[in-house]
Amino acid sequence: MKRIFVNEEWCLGCHLCEYNCAFANSGMKNMALALKGKKIFPKIHVYGNDKINFAVSCRHCEDPLCVKACISGALHIKDGRVCIDKTKCVGCYSCIMVCPYGSLSVGETGVASKCELCLDNACGSPACVKGCPNNAIVYEER
Amino acid sequence: MALLFYPEFEVIRNENRCIACRVCERQCANEVHSFDSQTGRMIADETKCVNCQRCVSLCPTRALKIVKSNCNFKENANWQDDTIKEIYKQANSGGVLLSSMGNPKPFPVYWDKILINASQVTNPSIDPLREPMETKVFLGKKPNHIERDKDGKLKFDLSPQLELSMPIMFSAMSYGSISYNAHKSLATAAEELGICYNTGEGGLHEDFYVYGKNTIVQVASGRFGVHEDYLKAGAAVEIKMGQGAKPGIGGHLPGAKIVADVSRTRMIPEGSDAISPAPHHDIYSIEDLRQLVYSLKEATEYKKPIIVKVAAVHNIAAIASGIARSGADIIAIDGFRGGTGAAPTRIRDNVGIPVELALAAVDKRLRDEGIRNNVSLVVGGSIRSASDVVKAIALGADACYIATAALLALGCHLCRTCQSGKCNWGIATQKPELVKRLNPEIGKKHLVNLMTAWRHEIKELMGGMGINSIEALKGNRLMLRGIGMTEKELEILGISHAGE
Repeated sequence: MKRIFVNEEWCLGCHLCEYNCAFANSGMKNMALALKGKKIFPKIHVYGNDKINFAVSCRHCEDPLCVKACISGALHIKDGRVCIDKTKCVGCYSCIMVCPYGSLSVGETGVASKCELCLDNACGSPACVKGCPNNAIVYEER
Repeated sequence: MALLFYPEFEVIRNENRCIACRVCERQCANEVHSFDSQTGRMIADETKCVNCQRCVSLCPTRALKIVKSNCNFKENANWQDDTIKEIYKQANSGGVLLSSMGNPKPFPVYWDKILINASQVTNPSIDPLREPMETKVFLGKKPNHIERDKDGKLKFDLSPQLELSMPIMFSAMSYGSISYNAHKSLATAAEELGICYNTGEGGLHEDFYVYGKNTIVQVASGRFGVHEDYLKAGAAVEIKMGQGAKPGIGGHLPGAKIVADVSRTRMIPEGSDAISPAPHHDIYSIEDLRQLVYSLKEATEYKKPIIVKVAAVHNIAAIASGIARSGADIIAIDGFRGGTGAAPTRIRDNVGIPVELALAAVDKRLRDEGIRNNVSLVVGGSIRSASDVVKAIALGADACYIATAALLALGCHLCRTCQSGKCNWGIATQKPELVKRLNPEIGKKHLVNLMTAWRHEIKELMGGMGINSIEALKGNRLMLRGIGMTEKELEILGISHAGE
């Protein structure tokens, strides 16, 4: 299965991926209308300092701890992807606690939020990868 | 008080579109943009903007535009805005004005006054998609006649030749003036394309010796990074006598750019200024040049062609005639629109001549003297497209050097402030956080794409003329016509006017 990988050597720390992610998951057609004046809740986060930067998003583990820890059955595996049913999430954040990569976060509505590879939104393939100016995030089979 | 003037550029931010993502702020090494936390809005300090358009390119909502300020001084055809501002700058600093990249002044571009022929009715044009078309060229000394051995077989003991899959090479840009990643992009692209790139005078980084067969190693007046292995690493050795952007003067790479790797490659102390003298201190005549040519041939065991690169200046034909007799295998002529990482503005904008005229004059002179076969001719200095290449070859060049076009493919936006060392595109800088903005994988891809596109276009243009190889186009000035030129210009270019 294709997954998102990060080449930290080329990450500029521009944070464009976060905004592209938030826009892709907004369901809106215009980025300015979707994001202007709003706090964004991206599913990818850039960490780093002056020397090195890297983007962190879900690794879609084959044996995901988050799914095991989910008490409500919201997190599940769909065609190899780790997905979340937000209607089931009760906001216990067990998944956030157990994820060894820090890939999950609290979403806009208070329930857990995570990357689903943009396969269910209008973007169709990861928006962070499409918009990365330096190929620091790639979507490929490894 | 300093003489001040309104900034050259204005940052136009569409507030309806700006989402304050701060990408512009993070990407501007000149620190133009900043976020005002009180109002939650982005603000700009336009005095620092160089119009490199990095922010414009990366703004995800296209909220940004950089425009030339229309706050001008009172209109004056003689004392134009730039002229007045330059006076203010010099009155403030007392210094020589510096500029980068090629001459931007509105001098005539002869390529744009030359038109190419095509076949109609009496001679067939060729479709390059259906028929074979040869773009390969060999650069180096050619024999004057065919020699056969006693059995009548051809003798093949030619002088060393540089084999190129198409008549284009990436011209000299030193490691130091451009970044590691820019060099890597050029080297890997040259390898994939089967052409050559050129180290410039900064030596060859140890990582790039593997691309040796696609590398031209340069020996310039500063002799930076020159040693036996370096000379042997390349496919050819180039002696740089001059550069089109700054004929008659040397180079100065400021100490700030001599970081650890550059220092090791150049073989000079870290942080020291790299100063290339204006002349080679051992070359004051063609005889002296001949000594260096043969020293380099000795050092490389006569296995590599030697290129002598000169700037296009007055009397270039006589100079080239001398070089052709010096033992050099290839002459490279760099026109006055050629780029640079830094040059005094007055020199860049006023010294030298257009390469079109230089090329035509040199080719004619060498033919007239019967020594054209002694050397191949390579021309550079603002070759902008495949049609420029075709025109150059028809005027008599064997190949072209391109550098500005290659840098554009790597992302350069021709803001012409390379001398600041703060290239936002990761090209003309040694700052690690900026260098990494140029991913050499992407850089290579763009260069390969550009050259592949040009190769297609060259084939189309040749096919239209009914010519199926670069060799048959070389010096074929009958394929060219001038438009809007004087008799004298046509005479120097050796072409007829359109309609003739």
